[in-house]
Amino acid sequence: MTSTSLDSHASTSQPGAPLLSVESLGVSFPSAGGTSRAVDGVSFTIASGETVCLVGESGCGKSMTALSLLRLVPPPGRIDVGSRIEFGGQSLLSLADEPLRSIRGRRMAMIFQEPMTALNPVLTVGDQVAEVVRVHTKATRAAAWERAVTMLGGVGIADPAARAKQYPHELSGGMRQRVMIAMALVLEPELVIADEPTTALDVTIQAQILELLRELRDRTGMALLLITHDLGVVAEMASRVIVMYAGRVVEEAPVQSLFSRATHPYTEGLLAAIPRLGSEQERLRTIVGSVPPATALPSGCKFRDRCPYAFDRCAVEEPALLQIGPAHRARCHLVEEPERRVSSPDRSA
Amino acid sequence: MTAPLLRVENLTKHFPIHGGMLRRVTGAVRAVDGVSFDIGAGETLALVGESGCGKTTTGRTILRLVEPTAGSITFDGTDIRALRGESLRRMRRRMQIVFQDPYGSLNPRMTVGAAIREGLIVHRIAEGAEADARVARLLDEVGLRAEVASRYPHEFSGGQRQRIGIARALAVEPAFIVCDEPVSALDVSVQAQVVNLLRDLQRQRGLSYLFIAHDLAVVAHMADRLAVMYLGRIVELAPRRALFASPLMPYTQALLSAVPVPDPGAKRGRLLLQGEPPSPANPPSGCVFHPRCPHPAKDAACSRIVPPLEEKAPGHWVACIKQPPTTVSDAVQRDAGATRSPERYLPLFSHHNHPAP
Amino acid sequence: MTALHRGAASRRTLRASMLLVALLAFVAIAAPVIAPYSPIKELGLTTMNSQPPSLAHPFGTDMSSRDVLSRVIYGAQISLAVAAASVALSLLLGTTYGALSAMAGGTIDRVMMRLLDVFLALPRLLVLLAITALWRDLPWPALALVIGGTGWYDVARLVRGEVQALLGRDFVLAAKAGGVGSARLLGRHLLPHLLPVLAVSATLGVAHTITLEASLGFLGLGVQPPTASWGNVLHSGIGVVDTMWWLTAFPVLAIVLTVISCNALGDALRDVFAPEQVPA
Repeated sequence: MTSTSLDSHASTSQPGAPLLSVESLGVSFPSAGGTSRAVDGVSFTIASGETVCLVGESGCGKSMTALSLLRLVPPPGRIDVGSRIEFGGQSLLSLADEPLRSIRGRRMAMIFQEPMTALNPVLTVGDQVAEVVRVHTKATRAAAWERAVTMLGGVGIADPAARAKQYPHELSGGMRQRVMIAMALVLEPELVIADEPTTALDVTIQAQILELLRELRDRTGMALLLITHDLGVVAEMASRVIVMYAGRVVEEAPVQSLFSRATHPYTEGLLAAIPRLGSEQERLRTIVGSVPPATALPSGCKFRDRCPYAFDRCAVEEPALLQIGPAHRARCHLVEEPERRVSSPDRSA
Repeated sequence: MTAPLLRVENLTKHFPIHGGMLRRVTGAVRAVDGVSFDIGAGETLALVGESGCGKTTTGRTILRLVEPTAGSITFDGTDIRALRGESLRRMRRRMQIVFQDPYGSLNPRMTVGAAIREGLIVHRIAEGAEADARVARLLDEVGLRAEVASRYPHEFSGGQRQRIGIARALAVEPAFIVCDEPVSALDVSVQAQVVNLLRDLQRQRGLSYLFIAHDLAVVAHMADRLAVMYLGRIVELAPRRALFASPLMPYTQALLSAVPVPDPGAKRGRLLLQGEPPSPANPPSGCVFHPRCPHPAKDAACSRIVPPLEEKAPGHWVACIKQPPTTVSDAVQRDAGATRSPERYLPLFSHHNHPAP
Repeated sequence: MTALHRGAASRRTLRASMLLVALLAFVAIAAPVIAPYSPIKELGLTTMNSQPPSLAHPFGTDMSSRDVLSRVIYGAQISLAVAAASVALSLLLGTTYGALSAMAGGTIDRVMMRLLDVFLALPRLLVLLAITALWRDLPWPALALVIGGTGWYDVARLVRGEVQALLGRDFVLAAKAGGVGSARLLGRHLLPHLLPVLAVSATLGVAHTITLEASLGFLGLGVQPPTASWGNVLHSGIGVVDTMWWLTAFPVLAIVLTVISCNALGDALRDVFAPEQVPA
């Protein structure tokens, strides 16, 4: 496939209507100097049963993107006019409250990062899972409780009947996360959004939770949008990866292509900066500088101040998402001008 | 053989638990339970483990920011526990600490320059213009512009605040720094910058580090030797390469295999531990790891004998009576109810290993 | 209301109340300049006494033919002086006690707090009434001492709580690791955190003390005539509220205005300091 600019219409996934389709999503916040855009022109799709990872560092807009899908953007933030989010063919942004609520929790569910704050400390964990059931179905209290206990067992909690009667503070971090997963999955939604579900957990517990997610995904066929900053988790879980920087998508690719043929200099930089276990105490390769604040983004390409290959066009024109290979796109002029991939001495670290 | 710069022997810290109306002591959280290790000049010893293993408490106890319950700490020949008053303060010049939380470790009401200068003033190293000049040099050394000295912490990013914390620790010219999870709260690219900075400073100034972390991959770039902690005890202590190539303690094996590899094609042999770590207020008897241990020779002896930390290979210390060689004889083990003999258990070719170049 | 709006409103309140308090302070300080007459001078016992408000005497005259406006203006001096001095004393005693207790910790802290409970159990008003009744014409500094010396308990509790919370934070540990001793820790590292809380406490304390002083004066205790204080002008108006209403109305107006301004200032300060500012 030749390099074409396919900015507005995300068509990189399988034929047939995707489960989730996001087009030109933007989220703005009022700020001292005007508005700042936490998310700017983000487009992607997720097919049924697919696992997509949204990767980026703090402030890149990945969490805000996830919250937008469920229309949970905290005020004073607002989803911009012109954004389009379609779930199962239905436009989510124009949905009234009632139908939106029937989707949230039932067909699309979210797992949050911090289980301690996302769980209600004054309700038992069993009640919280059962509540999800009762809100969306006509189940009786007893039936909902039964289902909750079963689900708690299904996420690997030993002795679920007893545990269901406990309060969040009585459980460890790993168990609380399992409770959150139980709440998200109890009604077997079609799409689960997990916002850094293992970041706050120990690495051995993280391994258990990721294994659990894989099992549940295989069992229920759900689609998973996994948001993380950990490229190791991405390698383990994703079939497709979307890399974000400064509120924009800068690269998207199938997971193999991303790791073996990363094209965008930011992705390259990230991969080089990851510490790896097999290393021999080498110096880590770094990305010069730091993420610019949303209120002071550079002109043209937002990464150019830190990019080892930046040239004159980068300051003037923000690149579009350009095709590199099947399902692989990058927002970089180097796709069209590969001969410019020459690092300047002061930018390589 | 030169004496180590820091020697810690049988360090113990128990936090009493108060219960009941009269607040009697009803038990203890055994945060650190008999930890021993040495650190040489210019060396980095990494202390790794998951939350609740006692690594942070160990770091703070060595500096007497938390008073140890038992054990000895010897720094450059001096018994640290015996120090009081002025001599304790003088010791603080030589042993410093960098904290994990870049947002909490700087006083929000003090300018950055004042925070760095504090050590110079308290230890009477410099004052006035001389102190300001030193502060400027330190800021430059950690990669920040000298002008930022008059700004407040909230004006900086996490990575920058960490650099400021490092500058503050360096101001008094220490020989030894406890780095308490210094990069855990930072993004990957920022993490890389700070790790490189710590390495460079170590080389330039000949510093020794006790590098506390839960991220084994970061540690791989910093450490000469690693000590793995679990529930207040060191379960394995080895040079870096040896630990990654042949982790002998089953807990270390599980820890290493749990780290996600940023390579989609990597073999995924995984040792998944069941259950959760028990509470340090109620540690299991004998080997603290035995309830979750996957070693095939595990038996009743493991719950009765506290495994000694033994040198099973040169410089490679492991606390496991079932991993040969062991000084805990078969007879002793049988007396404690053993039904199986020790056997070598290295289940996974660690999937992070690359053949040595 | 968005965070942005709330910020603007409390900033307006802050400015308004600061202005008002500054105005009152100015009146008190500039009393000799702005008062039309001397507050103690009797202007004509037979001809000028008990006059209702007029152009020459906007607040009227009292039964001893003294100009009430001047007395109210000079009264501000007394009220604000007593308030400022006693609040300063309370803050000093309370901060020291609370900070020492928190930093000592353990048994000492527990004992000090129980002792504080004992102090709190003694009814302050009764103590003040007793002292002022026994010592009839006490000079205003002594009154300030007594009020301040009985008003520091809440500050002590507050400061102890704040210092305890601060001691758990990493930057305190960092300072200790740097070799900073207790005195320097308190003065250099912790005090800046206490200032907002103390400022709020001070403004509210001033309002409370003014009311207290006026109440004592109203009962005939505390500062005695011929020295003018709002309390004793009120006292002179007891029993004649129907005929000489100006002796009650104007001091009450002054007290109400001052108390409202100080309370508003305290609240506005609390709004400003409460959310820790974290700009990007």
